[in-house]
Amino acid sequence: MSDSIAAMSSPGGAAKVSSINEVVIRIAGNSQDGIQAIGGFLARLAGRSEQEVMTFMTIPATISGGASIFQVRMGSGEVLSSGDEADVLMAFYQHSYDSHLSSLKKGGIVLFDSDHVVPNEEFKKDYHHLGIPISGLTVEAIGGTAKDKGKNILALGLIAKMFDLNIPKLEKLIGERFTGKDPSILNNALAAFHAGYANPLGNVMETFKFVAAQSKGGHQVVMNGNEALGYGLIAAGVRFGAGYPITPWSDIMELLRRELPKYGGTFVQTEDEIAAISMAIGGSYAGRVAVTGSSGPGISLKTEALGWAVMAEMPLVIVDVQRGGPSTGMPTNIEQSDLNIAINGGHGDSPRVVIAPANVEDCFYMAIEAVNIAKKYSVPVIILTDQGIATRIEAFTEPNLEKVCQDISPDFTPVAEHKPYDLSKPDGITTHLPPGTKINSGKYPIVTGLEHDELGHPTGSPKLHMQMTAKRRKKLQALGASLPVPKIYGPPEGNILLVGWGSTEGPIREAVDRARAAGDSVSSIHIKHVNPLPNGLENIFSGFNHVLVVEMNDEGLYGFGQLGQILRARYCDAKIQGINKTDGLTWKVKEILERAKTNVSAGLRKL
Amino acid sequence: MSQTLTETPERAGNIATVAAPVVPATEERKGLTKKEIAADHPTWCPGCGDFSVLALYFKLIEKRKMWHEKITTVAGIGCSSRFPYFVQAHGVHFIHGRALPFASGISLSRPDLHVFVFGGDGDAFSIGGNHFNHTARKNVKMTYCVMDNWVYGLTKKQTSPTSPLGFKSKTDQWGAVDYPINPMKQAISAGATFVARTTHTNPNHVLAMMEAAMDHDGFSFIECLSECVEFYEGAFDASNPRKGGVFNEVPKSHDVTDEFAAYKLASEPFPGNFGIFYKVNKPTKNAKEAEINASYQSKVTGLKDWQILQKNFDKLR
Ligand SMILES: Cc1ncc(C[n+]2csc(CCOP(=O)(O)OP(=O)(O)O)c2C)c(N)n1
Ligand code: SF4
Ligand SMILES: [Mg+2]
Repeated sequence: MSDSIAAMSSPGGAAKVSSINEVVIRIAGNSQDGIQAIGGFLARLAGRSEQEVMTFMTIPATISGGASIFQVRMGSGEVLSSGDEADVLMAFYQHSYDSHLSSLKKGGIVLFDSDHVVPNEEFKKDYHHLGIPISGLTVEAIGGTAKDKGKNILALGLIAKMFDLNIPKLEKLIGERFTGKDPSILNNALAAFHAGYANPLGNVMETFKFVAAQSKGGHQVVMNGNEALGYGLIAAGVRFGAGYPITPWSDIMELLRRELPKYGGTFVQTEDEIAAISMAIGGSYAGRVAVTGSSGPGISLKTEALGWAVMAEMPLVIVDVQRGGPSTGMPTNIEQSDLNIAINGGHGDSPRVVIAPANVEDCFYMAIEAVNIAKKYSVPVIILTDQGIATRIEAFTEPNLEKVCQDISPDFTPVAEHKPYDLSKPDGITTHLPPGTKINSGKYPIVTGLEHDELGHPTGSPKLHMQMTAKRRKKLQALGASLPVPKIYGPPEGNILLVGWGSTEGPIREAVDRARAAGDSVSSIHIKHVNPLPNGLENIFSGFNHVLVVEMNDEGLYGFGQLGQILRARYCDAKIQGINKTDGLTWKVKEILERAKTNVSAGLRKL
Repeated sequence: MSQTLTETPERAGNIATVAAPVVPATEERKGLTKKEIAADHPTWCPGCGDFSVLALYFKLIEKRKMWHEKITTVAGIGCSSRFPYFVQAHGVHFIHGRALPFASGISLSRPDLHVFVFGGDGDAFSIGGNHFNHTARKNVKMTYCVMDNWVYGLTKKQTSPTSPLGFKSKTDQWGAVDYPINPMKQAISAGATFVARTTHTNPNHVLAMMEAAMDHDGFSFIECLSECVEFYEGAFDASNPRKGGVFNEVPKSHDVTDEFAAYKLASEPFPGNFGIFYKVNKPTKNAKEAEINASYQSKVTGLKDWQILQKNFDKLR
């Protein structure tokens, strides 16, 4: 735990080396300072050292300027969340110092740029202050013109010194980052890095060393959730997509636009989100599951066409990187408030699939799962991620791409006859033939948003509408029955069960660990298939006195949050309650525990 | 180009991994008969202009020996947009106003197909107006035939974006007050590379325009006047010689590559001219994307898809 640092460092003490398991470093400055780059280097280094890593970033809504932070937690054991409090704060400016000192653990280290920050005497007793003229040193190392570009790398050198990080590995990472550019840029970067590393750190500071991580075997890859999702779609065989830019979804469309041509595919930037989903459905109809995506208002725009895909039973993957809503809302905030629109958005009865990755690795594999569900069940599948998971960098075991990558090319083999909406199939699953396929009977299908008969021709028959509505529902019930029941984290019986979905798995599990360490009876489950839900959750719930659904959305008119309301409706169980918040920040572990305590008046320790 | 409809492409252009459909060679198959092309009996009112457009689409399919599986007909919502149900071929009845982006999705991922889109004036210029502009400017390869009846037919006589001033509709009982859109001007200024005008009362002309549109490598747009006998009877009489009107073809002297001349033609008061107003050859979006792909794929020749992805992952270690 990160307590280790605070306990071991002593101000003014002789320099010594202490060994630690993990550390939380928060870097605060302005967005143009390349703060994300420092965080990225540390994250990547951790990945290469087989350490666990998790990052947390806030991006300012303004384009340039604006306060920005990057928090990285690196550890030799399992790292579940980006950490409630920082062990080290690196503050580039006065405002960084003033607004982030409170996020530092008592007894933690604040390393500040003494060219910009005047520390507050009052705080000196609570935090170890270490002022280093970062700006001045950078000018000394690489000259005045490049200083704004080199400050972050110099700071990386300081961190490398403090934590005895692997210098050859970092040099290699810096080399990779600046390859292909003007060689003087790489030289400057290395000069700045070494100037930082050579700093004696005021001779007052003890330094730290990570205990060796256990080898996991195989390489680790380090990326953020948006990247993992984009690459997952490529691995899944997706070769066509369309989108319209909006934060935080844009990264995915930019990646696909850049990468797909190598595979002979195309991603189109359209005039709006309606065109984007329409074009993606056209791509799917043409024979290969296609993708569209958006965030916030863009998702609202897609709902009419989404309903068509449900009605016509057309496979499609829709990525929703959630942000704060409604309307333009809080574009750079984290929120899980799109569950309702994902599951129910649009008019009419329109069942579709919604899945939610819990971490960056999931983003990769669940993109593939989404494509396969869409294809098998001929249905739109929404992947719900959020601002938090989209931008956070994690390390995970490198997938075996040769095994994982799949080919979903269409099959044009002529058939004798074809009925896309065949009612005689017990599971209700439709199969479409892509245009170009010859049908020897000479009877060709129409795909349509009107209620239709088995060939796709319009019908006004109430009987057919009932049958087709049931067909579209039944296939998802079949999917639900095939889904794995989530594993319980912690014992299967106890006082409290925390239920989460999406990006909150890490802090929820850490809350379970912390509560259990304190002797409280808490377990958790994480739901990745939110619509349809897997069967059998009631058996899990029956083992607990309280089922608390932890969500980053409003409690709603009836007080249970978006998933909470669904679980209550399905299980009619009064012990299901919600723990909800809308502050736009990831859950802190202690926040979950405190809220759980207030919620369960009887206290945590029952059973 | 039209040949894509009757020949098996060597390789399906920019989607490298889409194998071309296996179909018998050209000589083994005869063209389709009208009986084989016709599907559901049209639900249009007797006398509706849309019947002629459908009949001429059948003629086109017959004449150009297109095969069932190669015909892809896409439409939005409206009376005219019911078109795909009446054609015995792969067809799509999409949502109101969004047929063009859907068709673009097919066109850009399936260069072996020529996509035809049919729809009404409301579908094209009101709810779908922005898609019209962008599909035209991107020059996505397809043929778009707007069956313009100057009214909303399916929803029973509301003002359409092409209704002339003074037209008495259910939403303008005193006569339309909003200035109408001029589809030809709209298409030219949006950047369409083929812009033609025809009318359902001149079958030979409709067929000629359809053929020329289909042969055009790019976004080809036809405004086909198509009378709604139910809600706007007689709208186009002034263009029909049998009703005492005049059918003026585009003058022989007109230079179809001259954008300003085309714009001027489009400014003529009704009944104006019929024929090809504008036609230029510009690289299509399909061709441009294929070019980007060829250049990126040349850097990864011989690699399997997973090996291409592996190169990215190597950098993420
Ligand atoms: C989103 C949406 N809004 C409104 C409608 C209702 N609607 C259906 S067709 C139509 C207009 C049809 O006019 P036009 O496109 O000119 O086709 P026509 O019937 O005249 O051939 C309208 C308003 C709809 N189907 N969808
Ligand atoms: S209402 Fe008008 S456009 Fe519609 S079918 Fe009847 S005549 Fe044709
Ligand atoms: Mg109309």
